[in-house]
Amino acid sequence: MSRKHPVAFWLVFATAIVLLVIAPLVLPEFWRRFVTEVLIWGLLAMSSDLLIGYTGMVSFGHSAFFGLGMYGAAAALLTTHPASLWVALLYGLIAAAGVAAFVAYFSTRLRDIYFAITTLIFSQIFYVIIFTSTAWTGGENGLTFDQPALAIPGLFSVDFTPQILHWFVLAVVAGSYLLLRRITQSPFGMVLQSIRENEARTRAIGYPVERYKIVSVMLSGLFAGLAGVLYAIQNQFAAPDFVFFLISGQTVIYNVIGGVGTLVGPIVGAGFFLLLSEAFSRLFTAKYLDPIGLHALAGMSYLVPLGVIFILMVIFMPQGLLGFARRWLNR
Amino acid sequence: MSARAAMAEGGAPAQARTEPLLAVAGIHTYYGKSHILHGVSLEVGRGEVVGLLGRNGVGKSTTLKAIAGLVHPSAGEVVFEGRSIGRLASHRVARLGIGYVPEDRRIFPLLSVLENLRTGLDRHGVDKAKRSRLLDKVYSYFPILAERRNQRGGTLSGGEQQMLAIARAMTLEPKIVLLDEPTEGLMPRMVSQIAEIVGALRDEGVAVLLVEQNVPLTLAASRRVYFIEKGEVRHHAMAAELQVNDPVIHQYLGV
Amino acid sequence: MEIPLDQILIQTINGIVTGLILALVASGLTLIFGIMEVVNFAHGELLMLGAYVGVVTLSLTGDFWLALISATVLIAIFGALMYLVTLRPLIGRDPLTTILATFGLSLVLQNYALWQFGAVSRKIPEPIVGHFNLFHLDYPWYRVAVALLSAAIIGGFWLFLKRGTWGIWIRATTQDRVMAQAMGIPVPWVLAGVFAIGSGMAAASGVLFAPFGGVDSTMGLNWILRAFIVVVVGGMGSLAGSVLAAILISLLEAYASLWVSPAQAVIVSFVVLILTLLVRPTGLFVATPK
Repeated sequence: MSRKHPVAFWLVFATAIVLLVIAPLVLPEFWRRFVTEVLIWGLLAMSSDLLIGYTGMVSFGHSAFFGLGMYGAAAALLTTHPASLWVALLYGLIAAAGVAAFVAYFSTRLRDIYFAITTLIFSQIFYVIIFTSTAWTGGENGLTFDQPALAIPGLFSVDFTPQILHWFVLAVVAGSYLLLRRITQSPFGMVLQSIRENEARTRAIGYPVERYKIVSVMLSGLFAGLAGVLYAIQNQFAAPDFVFFLISGQTVIYNVIGGVGTLVGPIVGAGFFLLLSEAFSRLFTAKYLDPIGLHALAGMSYLVPLGVIFILMVIFMPQGLLGFARRWLNR
Repeated sequence: MSARAAMAEGGAPAQARTEPLLAVAGIHTYYGKSHILHGVSLEVGRGEVVGLLGRNGVGKSTTLKAIAGLVHPSAGEVVFEGRSIGRLASHRVARLGIGYVPEDRRIFPLLSVLENLRTGLDRHGVDKAKRSRLLDKVYSYFPILAERRNQRGGTLSGGEQQMLAIARAMTLEPKIVLLDEPTEGLMPRMVSQIAEIVGALRDEGVAVLLVEQNVPLTLAASRRVYFIEKGEVRHHAMAAELQVNDPVIHQYLGV
Repeated sequence: MEIPLDQILIQTINGIVTGLILALVASGLTLIFGIMEVVNFAHGELLMLGAYVGVVTLSLTGDFWLALISATVLIAIFGALMYLVTLRPLIGRDPLTTILATFGLSLVLQNYALWQFGAVSRKIPEPIVGHFNLFHLDYPWYRVAVALLSAAIIGGFWLFLKRGTWGIWIRATTQDRVMAQAMGIPVPWVLAGVFAIGSGMAAASGVLFAPFGGVDSTMGLNWILRAFIVVVVGGMGSLAGSVLAAILISLLEAYASLWVSPAQAVIVSFVVLILTLLVRPTGLFVATPK
């Protein structure tokens, strides 16, 4: 597989990393946290891009993977002593993998719209189970716990400060991106894309399409679960709201806005969406609207204009913000 | 290039003084990036039966689809009764009086025979009495359909479905019927029935553009025949001047 | 554990009542999917907006039945407009883009309603008060009325489909859109019309259900998930399938709520869905798997 512009790509990548590393040092706390959260949601959206953009399977169920990753980490941090970052990661990934296996089974039997709707309903199934199993999951109120330390047993242990946490998240997300990039450019990734282009033909050539789909779902679920673990560690709580299907929907929105099939597009999409959410929530207050005579708009949720923007993008700009760079990013 | 000029090039006899009912002039169509029709031109006069012969995949069906409005040509013109219809949606084309009988019949499988016919009968401007008359007329041509009027279209045999597809087009009281390989997959007995129907349509003054691979039937039923190859009309002749084993036939239809 | 017989019978009736409302909601959804392969994510919001129109009309006129009619008509028109503006441009594209577009619409409509009407739930009083004696218990007349009305609407629509020119147009377009157009049927209008009918049905169910639970901007969410399950279990595009599936699932949930909390009873519908996907993915009530 020839890489035609490796230098240009690595330059851009390195620049982005440098900016993100400096971020917590120069930004006020609110925005620092904002950037960290964009990275985490970006990881979630990136995981779903593997399914949507590369395998051609639109899933509305990623909130289940994310949520189970979150609750898995919570379980580890609440039940094991001493609380270990790595055990939390392990539990979270195992939990997400369990859900992924469940979804993967059905993914091979359902196509297109049926798959999309079914994954949506699956995320609701997990939501209801978590919401009603109050004894185990804290039900509506969720679970709270302490942050573990960033530690390698026997070597060092340091408590997470906001900066260190940010760098840890950045390392995980950047590493995930590079790993996913590797995967999508490998022969395995090529088969996935072939499945997206024309499943029947791929099967006719002789590839065991079902197996590839299962692996794709599992991988996607694992990275989504990873995002869930990171979120749990950052915020120190787990709540059923994050398993609600609306979260899955927002993830798909990030994918579409940023551009499917680009891996990094969804991260940009998440950033764009969250930035606009912030902007709109601040703007739609009397303070800004009264001077321009638009008082009537005060109190309108940011989701109204954002939703409209999203719909317009689906109609007029389906390739997303980074769609133009899709080929370049996939070299 | 006007249809007349195109026909003159192909050595076609001059048309009568009247305008042709249907004139296709240099149409090009694409399917994605594939260039299917490379400038097809032909004419059909009022009440005339015209054949369109050619091998599989040369663009015969696509030509009919372009006329029916199911495919829109990216260049060229389709003129019906003096009016350019190339950009019209197919439901408008149908209402102008162009009936289309597709290659795989495509009758509505879950509708009864009668309901299939009603998709054409229940039109604006056709009152109950007239619908009743039209229905009776169609049943007289196709008594088997009258028998099976309440049966679901999907349960009919291949030949009966073909009858239904033609009958359905007739309910539109078309001025021209586009027939795409009506005898494909039918038994000989049914094939001759189709030939009779085409004759009956002509006797009624309805023009027919007949796409076929069945050469004897086409030569017997048509007045003129066009030959298509690779998306273009390559030859044109009077049917009476051609015989089944003509070298021209072999050139455009032989394996 | 002994469950008294009258409890079981009460739940049977409850199940049928809810099932018929759910059938009304799901019918619109399955109709729209059958004819234009659009999964209308915003269907729940059409129900919700219908309920709000009902609230407003009621406060202006005091007449429940007028509220029901106005909601149905206004939302039918709104639905058709929504289709023409946002979904028509997407014809011919990947069908998944319509899920995205309607999901976006659902977010916009939900939050628009939240902004306009506030977060406090509105009430619509039952138009028919009073109970009757059912096995030593008082059963509200209104519930019976709702069941009858929903059944009447669905039945009326069924007749409309089977007779009449428009019914033939809709069915022909559902079976073969291209040939329907080739037969002179004005398919673009048929599609808009079906969307209008589906929207109207959703709005009607919103108003009918309102006295049971109150009207707020999130009420659509509850219904859309159950409606999707019903549509998949009953077979996408099958009107009869949706009705049967809706009643089946509602009955099972009603019985389940004898043992567990209503929030948990919902799991029953999930189980039915999963079983359907395992055994008969095209739908339990579809005659031949396609």
